[in-house]
Amino acid sequence: MSTEAHSPLSQFEVHTLVPIQIGSVDASFTNAAVFMVAAAASVLLFLSLGMAKRAMVPGRWQSLVELSYEFIANLVRDNVGKEGRRFFPFVFALFMFILFCNAIALVPYTFTVTSHIIVTFAFAAVVFVLVTLVGLFKHGLHFFSLFLPKGVPIALAPLLVPIEIISYLARPVSLALRLFANLTAGHTMLKVFGGFVVMLGLAGVAPLLVIVVLYGLETLIAFLQAYVFTILTCIYLNDALHLH
Amino acid sequence: MDVEAAKLVGAGLAVIGLSGVGIGIGNIFASFISSVARNPAARATVFPFTMLGFALVEAVALYALLISFLILFG
Repeated sequence: MSTEAHSPLSQFEVHTLVPIQIGSVDASFTNAAVFMVAAAASVLLFLSLGMAKRAMVPGRWQSLVELSYEFIANLVRDNVGKEGRRFFPFVFALFMFILFCNAIALVPYTFTVTSHIIVTFAFAAVVFVLVTLVGLFKHGLHFFSLFLPKGVPIALAPLLVPIEIISYLARPVSLALRLFANLTAGHTMLKVFGGFVVMLGLAGVAPLLVIVVLYGLETLIAFLQAYVFTILTCIYLNDALHLH
Repeated sequence: MDVEAAKLVGAGLAVIGLSGVGIGIGNIFASFISSVARNPAARATVFPFTMLGFALVEAVALYALLISFLILFG
């Protein structure tokens, strides 16, 4: 990747802040780690300080906390059903963390944690492993009937089973790639238009207006992608729990 | 062909996929509008699915855009 200072992709570079070496593993504290800690801390502060008063009639902040709780609770209930209650903490943590990572990244000059495919792939891999294990523990070997859709003639099985297996294995890849591509392309686009503003001088007002609109779209995307990631997690969980 | 020129041509070719995304997003919102026009009461139930569909199609657009950016600046 280009190391040129003004390349639109230079915003995604990881810098080491505190070098830490454990054996042969490079566990340095990087700018990516700073923003991950910031996201986790702000989720914690947002939730715990918002609920500190525990008022009967919630104020603005407490309403926001309750709203986000109910939003995910409804999502889990509608998509997974009663058995999904057990997975609510996981889904809620996933949603809040991705949302706050995306939201913090919207502030200029910050680092976009979710623009690194290894981060999003780690999220997706956790979801994938969890869903597979849940399915295996709940249904045993019967879980593999997931790969043969119901009511399909047995003659079609040799054709359909490989397709279903491939689509099952593609899930974490598509889940990770969607979040990564959205954030990376969105932030690169903002930088490219930012370059136009400088290049055009006085006429740069036009691209500046485009940036304002794009920024609104990016804010929508930051929320929407966190939502899509969570709803797909719920749908996969539902598949594993109820097998069709 | 010069490598720089080939890069620009490649970046242009990479975003051809956006035409399909344009059709897709148009299709989603056209269906949303016609369904709400037929049954305005269904708006609340249909809207989340519209947004989900929009986000999924939008993601495809950004795959193409990302490849183009990587060719241009990578």
